[in-house]
Amino acid sequence: MSDNSYSNKYDVIIVGAGPAGVSAAITCAKAGLNVIMLERGEHPGSKNVMGGILYRHPTEQIIPEFYKEAPLERHITEERVWLLSKDSAVTMGYKSKRFDEEPHNCFSVFRSKFDKWFAQKAVDMGVTLICETLVEDVIMKNGKVVGIRTNRDYGDLYANVIVAADGANSLIAARAGLHPEVRSNTLALAVKEVYSLDREKIEDRFNIDSEGGVTIELLGDATQGLMGTAFIYTNKDSLSIGVGAFISQLMKQKISVYDLIESVKTHPMIKPLLKGGETKEYLAHLIPEGGYRAIPKYCIDGLLLVGDAAMLVNSLHREGSNLAMTSGRFAGEAIIQAHSDGDFTAKGLSTYKELMEHSFIVQDLKKYKNTEKFFEEHMQFFTLYPQIADDAAYEFFKVDGIPKKEKQKIIWKQITNKIPSWRLLLDIYNGWRVVK
Amino acid sequence: MHSVVCIKQVPDTTEVRIDPKTNTLMREGVPSIVNPFDMHAVEAALKLRDEYGGKVTVITMGPPQAVEALRRVKTLGVDRTILLSDRAFAGSDTLATSYIITQAVKKIDSEDAVDLVLCGKQAIDGDTAQVGPGIATRLNMPLVTYVIDIDSVDTEKKTITLKRSVENGRTALCVEYPMLMTVLKELNEVRYASLPNMILATNFKAEVWNKDDIGAEMKNMGLDGSPTAVRKIFSPPVRECGEMIPHGIEQPDVAVHNLIEKLSHNKTI
Repeated sequence: MSDNSYSNKYDVIIVGAGPAGVSAAITCAKAGLNVIMLERGEHPGSKNVMGGILYRHPTEQIIPEFYKEAPLERHITEERVWLLSKDSAVTMGYKSKRFDEEPHNCFSVFRSKFDKWFAQKAVDMGVTLICETLVEDVIMKNGKVVGIRTNRDYGDLYANVIVAADGANSLIAARAGLHPEVRSNTLALAVKEVYSLDREKIEDRFNIDSEGGVTIELLGDATQGLMGTAFIYTNKDSLSIGVGAFISQLMKQKISVYDLIESVKTHPMIKPLLKGGETKEYLAHLIPEGGYRAIPKYCIDGLLLVGDAAMLVNSLHREGSNLAMTSGRFAGEAIIQAHSDGDFTAKGLSTYKELMEHSFIVQDLKKYKNTEKFFEEHMQFFTLYPQIADDAAYEFFKVDGIPKKEKQKIIWKQITNKIPSWRLLLDIYNGWRVVK
Repeated sequence: MHSVVCIKQVPDTTEVRIDPKTNTLMREGVPSIVNPFDMHAVEAALKLRDEYGGKVTVITMGPPQAVEALRRVKTLGVDRTILLSDRAFAGSDTLATSYIITQAVKKIDSEDAVDLVLCGKQAIDGDTAQVGPGIATRLNMPLVTYVIDIDSVDTEKKTITLKRSVENGRTALCVEYPMLMTVLKELNEVRYASLPNMILATNFKAEVWNKDDIGAEMKNMGLDGSPTAVRKIFSPPVRECGEMIPHGIEQPDVAVHNLIEKLSHNKTI
């Protein structure tokens, strides 16, 4: 484009420069399509939030060996799970030298840095990136999405295909009639603090080498019995600490997320990890955790939904950016196909649907489609069972002269005092069934 | 009318930190912005163009990355952008900088007569407010600083009526142009860029002029042309907080007594 020519018609318009949008943009640009990407933040990443773990595999599908130049914090060598009760933690975890070798499995990252870098890659490949611009509406013609309207003067743009990568609260999806109603029991509210802490302290407290990192997923008391989880991830010289719970439950229990994160930070098992640090940043984010049943129609004439906008989050495995990037790439591939066929209807774009359905994205979400509902109906997994595990472990490890056989009886009695044994077995069986 | 606006790329001082040991600015990772006062100068020039026609040229002096400042104003729809960039400019103080910019304005004027030169009141990093007046002096133009209002332009008589802020109020002036003004934020509200201008700015190319392009002499610029030397940079001492003498309302007698006692104790009275 020369200095003074301007076109409002592109092959592809991508709304949102997060992992999903950028992945779609890069995929399309590689095939020589004329792509414009719009971002409401000051720069890509400035408004984007996630727990802070980025997976290598899906990222490499977009940019091979990205880890050699991308701004990353630590590669994760150990994953821990803590089941918290009021004053105890039953812990489990996995640490391996294998995770210490390149190529690494996953990394802790700051989205404000990583997304900026990732979007620059798209710009380097010829994508036009426009920031600080909000897309407010879609332009329809004969029932087909043909363009978008921004909040700027002369702000209409047209394209063969629009990609909505504008997050959980997708305005595009809503305007196109694809998010009929957002229900409070399909959205989780997560808050996160970046907690600065000396590098040496992090490495000592988490028992890691200079480059390695640790994740801790916190269950049970971390959410004060609400359905949700909390986490701690190690960065270079800070920790990401956060907690998320379903909005419906926060409302019902009248607990605010601010109280939740305070209670996580002051939990006796966590407080020592944070000692001497201070809050550098405070972030909040909506996470679409409705699972398989909440996935809207994501492929219509002229429009594809990707990432959070398509409600693609696997909450059980804390995977979001992974699904975002992969869905973005699939959308890109479908758009390339549609361009070679010259058909931008839902039918012409159906490659997207096929790729999604044959991939881990839809298959995983389908596999876990009953988990949200199950846990919502079995809140004892967040309240009673952590306490039972705590009491059992306490008895088990306590040396007090009681024979082991006797101890086992005591433990079992303690449990059955709290919950009938048939109920416990049924919960275990059903719990296993929803995740099997 | 043809306006030339001089802008400066500055570190976003809301995000600047000072190294506590050396007292120097830590510029690493600090985002750069267009000096906020300068944005209002650009807006003023655009408004005049909207009303009276003509052209807006924006110039900045700095390293190659200062082109980002020009890109920012390009989104507002300015007509021409010029980056003054040369190793020989490095280390210039306000005297040398005003010389370099004057040379550039003269060159622009020779191609396309300049009616107005606009600058921000001062840059938020140096806070000197010297370059604008320096250019006016060198160009032998009337100078009006701290402009808060541009009322009207008479293109027949070549006069401009404006208001400037003074210590205890404002003064209205009618000035012949070509002239130079430095502006305050109150002058206007910077426009929101249109989408076409945003798109055009993504792949624009600024003109780059070096010392030969503007016919600048080595002795007048860089360290040679800069009589100013920085002796020392230091943080002002933190002011100690004052002492509150309590109970002034409930027991004024006691409070006054305590105050007098303290004042006479350290021999203030």
